[in-house]
Amino acid sequence: MNSFITIAEHTREQLLYLLEMARLFEEQPNRNLLEGKVVATLFFEPSTRTRLSFETAVNRLGGRVIGFSDASNTSTSKGESLKDTIMMVSNYADLIVMRHYLEGAARYASEVSPVPVINAGDGANQHPSQTMLDLYSILKTQGTLDNLNIHLVGDLKYGRTVHSLLQAMRHFNPTFHFIAPKELSMPEEYKLYCKEHHIKYVEHSEFDEDTIAEADIIYMTRVQRERFTDLMEYERVKDVYILRGSMLCKSKPNLRILHPLPRVNEIAYDVDDNEKAYYFQQARNGLFAREAIICNALGIGLEQIK
Amino acid sequence: MKKELQVTALEQGTVIDHIPTEKVFQVVSLLNLQALPCKIAIGNNLDSKKMGKKGIIKISDRFFTDEEINRISVVAPNVVLNIIKDYEVVEKKHVVLPDTLHDIVCCANPKCITNNEPMASIFHVTDKERGIVRCHYCEKEQCLSSMKLK
Ligand SMILES: [Zn+2]
Repeated sequence: MNSFITIAEHTREQLLYLLEMARLFEEQPNRNLLEGKVVATLFFEPSTRTRLSFETAVNRLGGRVIGFSDASNTSTSKGESLKDTIMMVSNYADLIVMRHYLEGAARYASEVSPVPVINAGDGANQHPSQTMLDLYSILKTQGTLDNLNIHLVGDLKYGRTVHSLLQAMRHFNPTFHFIAPKELSMPEEYKLYCKEHHIKYVEHSEFDEDTIAEADIIYMTRVQRERFTDLMEYERVKDVYILRGSMLCKSKPNLRILHPLPRVNEIAYDVDDNEKAYYFQQARNGLFAREAIICNALGIGLEQIK
Repeated sequence: MKKELQVTALEQGTVIDHIPTEKVFQVVSLLNLQALPCKIAIGNNLDSKKMGKKGIIKISDRFFTDEEINRISVVAPNVVLNIIKDYEVVEKKHVVLPDTLHDIVCCANPKCITNNEPMASIFHVTDKERGIVRCHYCEKEQCLSSMKLK
């Protein structure tokens, strides 16, 4: 069974296979591959953005959607276990797309479920479809995933998207630049991961035009006030990790700026008009990446899409 | 009297020796000894040349599988088991931390699914020497010495 739980367990070949599928879906997003199939979207934690993206993907593939967008008026709120909910829903659906506030919920659901499960986010743990769309965006804008300079900026401590991106990129010989305030710097665990997998990285605490001059990708994340124990520190750094249009003066022509969205103020609005801003197209790529993930989970291969 | 307690002879069975004094009752519960019908002697705060004070558990007519024995390694990695047959020690076994811990300890992460759902915990041991494990579900790495038993 092809459940999709975490990005780290995918090989280089599997990732490239899914990305090739996504490319074909970008060429033609509307295909009747899921005719007669029912997909359940179970959102125990609300996330309109992710849910709409998955549900659009199912609709464009000709499938039907059942599910809920908020667990507060389901039987879960009456104390039903996750296992029981999954067993009940799997009677009706061919595939479950699940977002849950508890970490490891997706792994557990995939172990008890008779139908495949796609992880649409499990607490602070994993959000692998976001990583697939990030990879797709990098591949599409750079023409390759190999040997790139990737600058991760902002909250590198709690930002699960940067951790998953790091794990997925280990197959492609990247050089990472970690640009973060001290309190939100990349955790030791992930630096160790880099060393174990021979991933090169450089740490910076300043964020200016020289730091990003060699970047192929800048991946921005939000620096949130509630992440700081020391509010003085927050006041000191909150304006340091903002990308402004003027900072792009020395940047490479192929540079593209990514952000998992929603943004608050970490990318100034004057960047939006720059051709190097890619975050809005990036979100659109989520549709193609998710069409690929859904088909793969249901055993629909590349040869059926070509 | 003290001497007698320490050397009570066992015709056949298992002697678990060199248990740190504060871990004796955890070993009892790990092996579920309270549910066994056989004769069991539990000694604690006994004199030990190596450890100062130690605990010892003698279980008559019962032998344990390696899987059961290795559960002990989670709380007491240096324990020795003596297998007794006809009043003689026929084998000495050292406990080994297994590669996976199935439903032995609780995840330290309160937001982990294993702490919120009636289910077994699973940990993968990533560093045997330092006792570092990774939760199969929430993927958090943690140190065994600070974890609670299930
Ligand atoms: Zn856990």
